[in-house]
Amino acid sequence: MQSIGEAFSIAIALVLSGDSDLLAIVFLSLYVSVTATLIACLLGFPLGALVATRRFRGRGVLLVVMNALMGLPPVVVGLLVYLHLSRAGPLGFLGLLYTPTAMIIAQTILIMPIVAALSRQVLEDLHGEYAEQFRSLSLTPIQTIQALVWDGRFALLTVALAGFGRAVAEVGAVMIVGGNIDHLTRVMTTAIALETSKGNLGLALGLGIVLMVIALGVNAAVHGLRLTARRHAYV
Amino acid sequence: MFDASGQIARSAGGTMMPLRVHQLGLCVEGNTLLQGIDLTLSSGGCTVIMGPNGAGKSLFLRALHGLIEPTCGSIDWNGLPAAEATRHQSLIFQKPVLLRRSVLANVEFVLKARGLDRSDALAVLEHVGLAHKARQPARLLSGGEQQRLALARALATRPKVLLMDEPTASLDPAATRAIETVVAGACANGLRVILVSHDIGQARRMADDVVFLNAGSIAEHQSSNDFFDQPKSAAARDFLAGRIPA
Repeated sequence: MQSIGEAFSIAIALVLSGDSDLLAIVFLSLYVSVTATLIACLLGFPLGALVATRRFRGRGVLLVVMNALMGLPPVVVGLLVYLHLSRAGPLGFLGLLYTPTAMIIAQTILIMPIVAALSRQVLEDLHGEYAEQFRSLSLTPIQTIQALVWDGRFALLTVALAGFGRAVAEVGAVMIVGGNIDHLTRVMTTAIALETSKGNLGLALGLGIVLMVIALGVNAAVHGLRLTARRHAYV
Repeated sequence: MFDASGQIARSAGGTMMPLRVHQLGLCVEGNTLLQGIDLTLSSGGCTVIMGPNGAGKSLFLRALHGLIEPTCGSIDWNGLPAAEATRHQSLIFQKPVLLRRSVLANVEFVLKARGLDRSDALAVLEHVGLAHKARQPARLLSGGEQQRLALARALATRPKVLLMDEPTASLDPAATRAIETVVAGACANGLRVILVSHDIGQARRMADDVVFLNAGSIAEHQSSNDFFDQPKSAAARDFLAGRIPA
């Protein structure tokens, strides 16, 4: 067991040296979480826009379900994906269990409700402002959704960021469906959990530092983008 | 895009006029907002709908444009119901609804939505004196410029009828004149204009005929000269004299 001071020194040295193990874990984490975020946005934005702009039977129930699913426990998602992808499961023939693809699926399921529910709120507000103008222009539902998503792009970036934050910080689901296999499915959060349990606090802290830097960096970039957008009255 | 007179060419196809409104009524949650409206408008010129606040002018205009479904009665634009006539018309709102895009992109958006050539957008902006601001964010324009952009966007779709809901209500005289000049030019070129206004001066300048609404009903419909010289209804006389109803 290292002291906190020692652990920090080792962590900083690892980060600064560009340790290959550490970089592999970081890149895999980013690959999995960014891919899951992109897929969740591709599915969640249109779903959010649809619920924001259309009135249909069962809309209220769908809204409640979408909001409830925002709090999905990661381990439950991991378990469900595991049951589907395991050899005895309905999708077992795909052979995806313990692969990055399985982790992407789990993270997508986890963050899609967040992206859909938050984008629904953003786009519903925007639609309240534009609805009469769009009806006057006789826009089709597809044209309406395209216009709303484009005009809400800066607010939706924040929604995507919330999804990415949830994905990259998540440990339970990726541990179950990824298995934390070295150089194959080991990501920052699962590695931190493992190295901490082994008493290897240097690597755990190093990964923690990288995780924090990524979170801060992405937030700062989006914040800067939103400031620029606000200056142009685009938000 | 433009004809020989320098005005934006109107779309091909038949006219939307005459407009026939028969016994139009609108009730919302037990409140009667419009009732018993009968009106016939022929082609050409500018009709100004006047009346005090709460008379139902904006609601009537929205019903004509197909944005509001009336409770009873009918609206017939030369054979088309209001909901189907919408795509042949443009409506300018009192507060312009501008997209979170550049000035140019706002015009391009409506051209694309209507399947028209987007390369005409700059020429339309030139027509309303906004070409030099084409790349600027639309929502950073002044109030008058925003309304001119809304007008450019409305004219760009080559409507057969232009509906306007108090477009200059919050503008200064110079900005008002800029809007009126463009609208008068389009009107002289044959565009049918229906304008809601409670600005008596504007109605005198723009109207060929005036529809005066009071408490959800038409109090009178006369030519502009007759309306301003000899209003028939007491409500119109009070309105023109600036008397506040008790």
